[in-house]
Amino acid sequence: MQQPGRAAEIKAIGIGKSFGSFRALDNLTLDIGRGEFLTLLGPSGSGKTTFLMILAGFVQPSDGRLFSDGVDITERPAEQRAAGMVFQGYALFPHMSVEANIAFPLKVRKKSATEIKRRVGEMIERVGLKGHEKKLPSQLSGGQQQRVALARALVFEPGVLLLDEPFSALDKGLRGQMQAEMKRLHQETGTTFVFVTHDQSEALALSSRVAIFNHGKLLQVGAPDEVYDRPDNRFVAEFLGEINMLPLKGVRPADNGSTGLCEDRAVNMHCKAEKVRGDAILAIRPEYMSIAREAAAGENGIAATAVASTYLGAATRLDLTTRQGAKVTVSVPNEVAASALSKGNSVWLTWPAEKGFLLPHGGQ
Amino acid sequence: MRAYFSDRMGAALLMAPLLLFLVLAYAWPFLGVVKWSFTLPTPGLGQYNALLTDDLVQSVFIRTLRIAAIVTVVSVAAAYAITVVWVRGTPVQRVIAEFCILVPFWISVLTRAFGWVALLSNRGLINTWLQSIGFISEPLTLVRNEFGVIVGMTHFLIPFAVFPLASSMRSLDDRVLLAARGLGSSRMRTFWSVFVPMTRSGIIGSALIVFVFSLGFFVTPAILGGGRSVMVAELIYLRIFQSPDWGLGAAISVVLVLFVGALMALLFRYVRPRQLV
Repeated sequence: MQQPGRAAEIKAIGIGKSFGSFRALDNLTLDIGRGEFLTLLGPSGSGKTTFLMILAGFVQPSDGRLFSDGVDITERPAEQRAAGMVFQGYALFPHMSVEANIAFPLKVRKKSATEIKRRVGEMIERVGLKGHEKKLPSQLSGGQQQRVALARALVFEPGVLLLDEPFSALDKGLRGQMQAEMKRLHQETGTTFVFVTHDQSEALALSSRVAIFNHGKLLQVGAPDEVYDRPDNRFVAEFLGEINMLPLKGVRPADNGSTGLCEDRAVNMHCKAEKVRGDAILAIRPEYMSIAREAAAGENGIAATAVASTYLGAATRLDLTTRQGAKVTVSVPNEVAASALSKGNSVWLTWPAEKGFLLPHGGQ
Repeated sequence: MRAYFSDRMGAALLMAPLLLFLVLAYAWPFLGVVKWSFTLPTPGLGQYNALLTDDLVQSVFIRTLRIAAIVTVVSVAAAYAITVVWVRGTPVQRVIAEFCILVPFWISVLTRAFGWVALLSNRGLINTWLQSIGFISEPLTLVRNEFGVIVGMTHFLIPFAVFPLASSMRSLDDRVLLAARGLGSSRMRTFWSVFVPMTRSGIIGSALIVFVFSLGFFVTPAILGGGRSVMVAELIYLRIFQSPDWGLGAAISVVLVLFVGALMALLFRYVRPRQLV
């Protein structure tokens, strides 16, 4: 139904927005590729929703320019931008049937009655709402309302679909189902999707790229594994999931990346020590660390004592303290955790060189 | 449970004086009126029969319904425009709208009716002005007819039509309007096909309030109608105070009260009482 060529390519250059003295968005430059699924991720008040509203045309940026397929659309009103939008809480027309809601964007575009009927029918089929055509939104479940909102936003084949926390009102099971459905719709339509969420697992699961916001600034953009495994800064590292941070001394470039002293023991990293020298933070995700009886020569490792464990079913979360008092959390198989705890004394924590990365000491 | 019970008791005690007053001052005397309608001048259904056959009574009822209908349409339309500005305008517009809505409440209905006479009469402001600029040679008859009555009543009732509309506009979710615009709908189209239908309950509530008020209007039609455009309330007054025809006056009253009661029942099926203030 949709030609991939119709998907829009968006370029934001130096976009900023102030509300009075509050800087909601600052100097944002971002390219959104044709047909990509970009997630804007950040805590509330980070500027991600403001940027979405600027893309939709509901908010006028204070500075910067916005281009769609090379055309400057900064001043173009929302109704002429033809961006599909799914709102938090769906914002369906309560006085219109499912059918009329979905037909609305086609009617305002003055499509012929036969074309409206055909396209609405196709869309209803595609989102699985057959049999509910004549119902009012208030007669539908949350998941069904969500589908109507998606159908209404996609039926006029917009170049870009904007989604503002569309799953926040759904329970966990339904959320997973709707996420899968959205991924399928993205593949089928080929449209550019821009999705706002504060849920990092949702962002990692759905997107082709994730843009992480904090305090009105875009901190990092990249593929999910890229931002998860190689965050640029401490905020991104912590926001995307649990992470262990160990103080590192004497960091310097080495043959195969960089090297430094962690609790008086030499450790190696594959990443380059470009931004940091001397004191730094070594960051490693809990699932990349393992428990060993001892660390072999040249292997990355530090000694620690197991303090507590939390049984999580598939794995056990183990809390440890290093000799110099740093707290470390690892996720390990259940039997490993049991034996580490029963010993009650020193174990070694080891990790592969490519899984540790450097963050600047202290700040963001 | 106990707290709930005592709350209910407290509320009942607070309302008791009002209920007592309504029973003593309205319900009880009204039963007397009902009695007259069946007993004066002779016992029986004679007065109700007269209602169905008397040309004058019927023409007054029809005129009353017609005036009430026109006043309702004009008042609700005007109130809708004012309310949109009051609820959704800029801060300055809101203050101005609020002023326009509240000031009429401070001016008595008599003052307002005579004000309209001063404006609309043959030698009133409007006719004098239109003649002085040479637009008309003979004065227009703007008062002592149905037109004058409709103008005066509409002016009086617009503020009452505002409140149910404001309540329905305030409860409307802004995101739905944004959604309409985002889907390509112009401001005009969004207003007519989304905003207006979503305030339907407010429109019904405000129309019924204005209609019910119009049916029983007395002072404004009496002054601005000048005896030529008699409405039901004035007819009752004439039957009771000017011609010794208490039975017929009572029968008209009973019909009016029953009709208004039925409309109120309809009103509360569509809107909750708290939406009206």
